[in-house]
Amino acid sequence: MTAPLVSLQNLSVQFCGNRKASALNAVNIELGAGEVLGLLGESGSGKSVTLRTLLRLHPERSTKIQGKIEVDGHDVLALKGRALDLYRGGTVSMVFQEPGLAFDPVYTIGQQITEAIRAHGAVGEAAARAQALHMLERVQIPQARRRFDAYPHELSGGMRQRAMIALALACQPKLLLADEPTTALDATVQIQVLLLLRELQRETGMSVIFVTHDIGAAVEVADRIAVMYAGRIVEQATVGDIVRTPRHPYTVGLLAATVGAEHRGQPLQAVPGAPPDLAALPPGCSFAPRCAHASERCRREVPPLESKGGHAVACWHPAQPVAEAA
Amino acid sequence: MNSAPHTPSPLHDRGGPAQPLLVVRNLKKHFPVRGGPLERTKKFVHAVDGVSFSVPKGKTLGIVGESGCGKSTTARLIARLMQADSGSMVFDGEGVDEFGGIRLKEFRRSLQMVFQDSFASLNPRLTIAETIAYGPRVHGMPAAEAKRQAHDLLARVGLAPEQFASRYPHELSGGQRQRVNIARALAFDPRLVILDEAVAALDKSVQAQVLNLLQELKAERQLTYLFISHDLHVVHYISDYVMVMYLGQVVETGPVERIYGQAAHPYTRALLSAVPSMDPDRRTESSPLAGDPPNPINPPSGCRFRDRCPHAHPVCEATSPALISLPGDPAHQAACHLNDPASGHPGALPETQA
Repeated sequence: MTAPLVSLQNLSVQFCGNRKASALNAVNIELGAGEVLGLLGESGSGKSVTLRTLLRLHPERSTKIQGKIEVDGHDVLALKGRALDLYRGGTVSMVFQEPGLAFDPVYTIGQQITEAIRAHGAVGEAAARAQALHMLERVQIPQARRRFDAYPHELSGGMRQRAMIALALACQPKLLLADEPTTALDATVQIQVLLLLRELQRETGMSVIFVTHDIGAAVEVADRIAVMYAGRIVEQATVGDIVRTPRHPYTVGLLAATVGAEHRGQPLQAVPGAPPDLAALPPGCSFAPRCAHASERCRREVPPLESKGGHAVACWHPAQPVAEAA
Repeated sequence: MNSAPHTPSPLHDRGGPAQPLLVVRNLKKHFPVRGGPLERTKKFVHAVDGVSFSVPKGKTLGIVGESGCGKSTTARLIARLMQADSGSMVFDGEGVDEFGGIRLKEFRRSLQMVFQDSFASLNPRLTIAETIAYGPRVHGMPAAEAKRQAHDLLARVGLAPEQFASRYPHELSGGQRQRVNIARALAFDPRLVILDEAVAALDKSVQAQVLNLLQELKAERQLTYLFISHDLHVVHYISDYVMVMYLGQVVETGPVERIYGQAAHPYTRALLSAVPSMDPDRRTESSPLAGDPPNPINPPSGCRFRDRCPHAHPVCEATSPALISLPGDPAHQAACHLNDPASGHPGALPETQA
């Protein structure tokens, strides 16, 4: 493979407000062109921070970023002014969880998409409008011509999320960041949006980083899954490997805690405790306080993310694949 | 009642084990919509439109449906947090707030509710021990006893009282706050607990802990749950009976194995197949339903599901299907013409096949 489209090297993000919080700790991610990566984790695990850092959306004054981000040859952390504007939305764009908040309520959907297209290229008003309308049709909004002139509040949740995707894809980005795009939607609408994302990805060949806390949603769209915990990636592998032979105790626990029909009538295997405070991370493995296999070494040293045959895991005592095969 | 190991007092049980704990009949709530000054006809959101069901003692009834289908409104109507337009309730054989029946105050004490937003449902200015003791104190329990009971309850839900009793809600994590809400609900020794999306906002690993706690408490105190959720996995896990709602009406209800095994309503089947698959080799290929749920202001005539239904037929527009029992299990009911040979729907077959 040639140089990856996205590469995060040793990325650390610290928020320094009243309290210091280490949201990301030495994260490494590589993503090839046309690949779909699912970032899986609970709240506070750093998945959304990763996406926002990729777009440089954090306030510069109170955020300390270390490491390196490269996307499509750009050194993202060094971008300034007009180059940053073009990068946001042009090379990389984002779909947010709450489409109701991400749109401007006082402009119509069509105006907002048209504006985005014109901001990124020398396109005339009429051509941009035609392109915007075409985008609305591509995300399968029924009666796109009528919806073009609708305000965000006039659309239902699922329709708004489709319009959000149309806006994000309007400038043909090479990388789409999706931050829990289906969490706020109903089950029957969620599956429609997931299928749409998969189809658009296949058509355009863009790369996607898909953030979710729902393993099911990640399985539906992603090629590879990276599991995050307390600002670190603890396991990374293909979807099949994660679901069938998880090796990190946290991933094992997460899968065991996913409720299914087979658990009826018996207690669930819950992971005890709660995620750690990001302001005071334990010195060793951040999962050690909740882990049944934790040893002295786990409490002292942070385990590195070691890859073997495409399956990377950061644990001193990973579960053996053979034992987990059942 | 508090220090001794908990035994459900026999005085509570009046109707006997066969009497359902709660029977709801024809519950209705229409919210008026403010229209423009020139609009003549007043519009209504048909939030809950003729819902009837019963919850057997010691069982869990799961209510599922998409947003706007009326599941939370149903819960609020039952708890009398808002007044129903019409309908009646029978609690353990006695009419609620009726002549000769159980008084509203007494009914409310036997029924408690746990809400989705664990933070918004706690008073930020009270410590959690004060929050739990507040209700019993209002109902006349001496302060010292209420405090002791609060500490016992905190210990029971897995929060060490010496560590947590004097904390404020913002000092707790989401899972811990939801445990406090559960403890508060138990302070009245209720018989029915309504859990309105009580685990929806929690992380997966914490959600499993809370679900385990709920199951233990139910067995210990012989509670009856009304479990409202949009998460079909969780409902499958925790419920004994399931009720599926669509646009303010019940479309299917029955024992959990029947609903998840042989769903009879096209909407239930679509809802179940919209759950993402966990198998990367067998991803979902096509979506079971197109479009969003329609607007509850002007629900379609006849069957409300007909404009998204793959089996729709003119008869579905003309008459709305009644909730009828299905062959094989009288407790399993569905409101669809396909299951009624007499409906005139060409797809309706005399046997269970649909």
